[in-house]
Amino acid sequence: MTATVAHVHEGTDAPYALSHLDALESEAVHIFREVAGEFEKPVVLFSGGKDSIVMLHLALKAFAPAPVPFTLLHVDTGHNFPEVLAYRDRAVEKHNLRLHVASVQEYIDAGKLRERPDGVRNPLQTVPLTEAIQRLRFDAVFGGGRRDEEKARAKERVFSLRDEFSQWDPRRQRPELWQLYNGRHAPGEHVRVFPLSNWTELDVWQYIAREGIELPEIYFAHEREVFRRNGMWLTAGEWGGPKRDESTETRLIRYRTVGDMSCTGAVDSDATTLDAVITEIAASRLTERGATRADDKMSEAAMEDRKREGYF
Amino acid sequence: MTSTTEQVAGFVDPSATTLLRFATAGSVDDGKSTLVGRLLHDSKSILTDQLEAVEAVSAQRGQDTPDLALLTDGLRAEREQGITIDVAYRYFATTRRRFILADTPGHVQYTRNMVTGASTADLAVVLVDARNGVIEQTRRHAAVAALLRVPHVVLAVNKMDLVGYEEKAFARIAEEFTAYASDLGVPEITAIPISALAGDNVVEPSANMDWYGGPTVLEHLETVPVSHDLTACPARFPVQYVIRPQSAEHPDYRGYAGQIASGVLRVGEAVTVLPSGRTSVIEGIDALGESVDIAWAPQSVTLRLRDDIDISRGDLIAPSASAPATTQDVEATVCHVADQPLAVGARVLLKHTTRTVKAIVKEIPSRLTLDDLSQHPNPGQLVANDIGRVVVRTAEPLALDAYAASRRTGSFLLIDPADGTTLAAGMAGESFASQAHTTVQADEEGWDF
Repeated sequence: MTATVAHVHEGTDAPYALSHLDALESEAVHIFREVAGEFEKPVVLFSGGKDSIVMLHLALKAFAPAPVPFTLLHVDTGHNFPEVLAYRDRAVEKHNLRLHVASVQEYIDAGKLRERPDGVRNPLQTVPLTEAIQRLRFDAVFGGGRRDEEKARAKERVFSLRDEFSQWDPRRQRPELWQLYNGRHAPGEHVRVFPLSNWTELDVWQYIAREGIELPEIYFAHEREVFRRNGMWLTAGEWGGPKRDESTETRLIRYRTVGDMSCTGAVDSDATTLDAVITEIAASRLTERGATRADDKMSEAAMEDRKREGYF
Repeated sequence: MTSTTEQVAGFVDPSATTLLRFATAGSVDDGKSTLVGRLLHDSKSILTDQLEAVEAVSAQRGQDTPDLALLTDGLRAEREQGITIDVAYRYFATTRRRFILADTPGHVQYTRNMVTGASTADLAVVLVDARNGVIEQTRRHAAVAALLRVPHVVLAVNKMDLVGYEEKAFARIAEEFTAYASDLGVPEITAIPISALAGDNVVEPSANMDWYGGPTVLEHLETVPVSHDLTACPARFPVQYVIRPQSAEHPDYRGYAGQIASGVLRVGEAVTVLPSGRTSVIEGIDALGESVDIAWAPQSVTLRLRDDIDISRGDLIAPSASAPATTQDVEATVCHVADQPLAVGARVLLKHTTRTVKAIVKEIPSRLTLDDLSQHPNPGQLVANDIGRVVVRTAEPLALDAYAASRRTGSFLLIDPADGTTLAAGMAGESFASQAHTTVQADEEGWDF
């Protein structure tokens, strides 16, 4: 037998076993190809965050040596980390892709959205996202959402039907059986597709390590000016911090997730390599969102409500 | 309980872990939430912030102890009604294996959810209360596992602490269940006496039941073989997508992308393309960026063939030596999963692997009652959660296997062409639902002759 990508190991189910990462990779590639075969105009949500980076990597593998048959879409809150935006643009250029940007700032400037008193912009992404989907007529939208992230997502389908208002109705979701995904939808409706549904945070990191995927630097430990708000270390910046009663300090931190600066907290860490990050996550006693996201803490049903409105 | 360092040490080598998908069936009263909660908790998958959130909500409601069901019941409607209404997927890992758990509700009106969870499961855990033994619901769960051909079934006899950890109580239930499930064709049954509340035999071996010499639930989950059944069958390769870069670098590349549904494929193998019947030879296999000589289910690969023949999405590539027959007449057992009924004469779409064709429901010969396996001839229609037999005529030929031979190429969906609703989950060929197991009872409408 020649070299093969599947890692066969002693004592499991040799000779025809797949490692869990190979099984997850194979499943995600299958999902990408299903969408390519059944939809007219798919788009991949791409922010330059680690989950969307892994999605893009899988899409590139799924269609090689041909280019990815999808465009990319980023909903820019206007408060994104510059390192992440730079990564986004490099990736787009490197793979010769087309990027659409829906800008929250433009909506605020045009008076179509109002800034929240706390400056948190994640909830403001919903309208620009849904309007971009309508305007550009995407019928399938890939998101990096994982079912392990949050309780409401534990019941999310791989193919998640949305009406013309992008709303998610848990009672309208179709049962998903075997590997048969049903992507049929009426004109104006679209399907959100989650190729990483069955991945955990640790799987994502292990896969990044195995594949040697480059990430924005802010995922690794570095010194940064931060201040404390709502129990999180936030990056000081023009987006709205620190306020008068808040003081900045320089700490050695890294980001476990990357989103809007106003609600993405850093964690104290000295992990400067992928292996160190993986060891840290495996030993962590906090979930990814619990450690770093203010937006999910709003209420017990916060995520469910936002999903219904058309957020991911 | 392993220490954190041991846990971490195991996580650092991801290539040594395999993936097991399993489903749980049982009602909240049987202690299912407690069992799932304990598996998650003892494998360190419930983290501090999740526990804190549960404790806070429990305290707000005036409960003294954290309600573990809150960890697993995600949607507001469920929390308000205190029930589980959908399949929820949960994730945990040990140093040996990664687990995907499809947590399904056990009530009769949610048969479709258990069918959904069981459809991708390598193993099903059926939970019974040691005080009640095998009840109607248990038989229903065994029947669903048998129908969906889940390779391994675990009978978890829970609440052993409430029957004095008596071996006799366990043995009686295990024997009755094993006889029943074997009769339905379940290939492998493992019975384990547990107390999810006290922690006996879930993760840690029980000190209270030294008469039991078998594995704990978690040990069994860690060691049961996975995916062996997929590679033992003839190879099947449904074409998902044709890759043709037509670039300067790859002017003539033509690859057929798909996931191997069953069996093993090798370079040099003679293959037949269905439904056209054209033949060729596998010239190359591209396994996501690497050229290989051999690949197997469930790998996603790209096949290159020696001859330039017309192949598109929906075709099936199979070894010429063991190619399936094609048919336009499908007889199958279905589970009806939609709120709108399925009636004789309905025009539907049938999705089989990567192929979707028009179809008509010609007959519904019988409906099955899962509790006692009695059959009701010619019910006229099937409604939500019904299991029944259907005869379907398709507009185009399908390369369909019997579900008994291959879960992936013997399964299909029936879809409402009007709004895209998934109506039914189909399993082609014979099953215990097609044999008269018990006396045939007539429906209330009277005789059907």
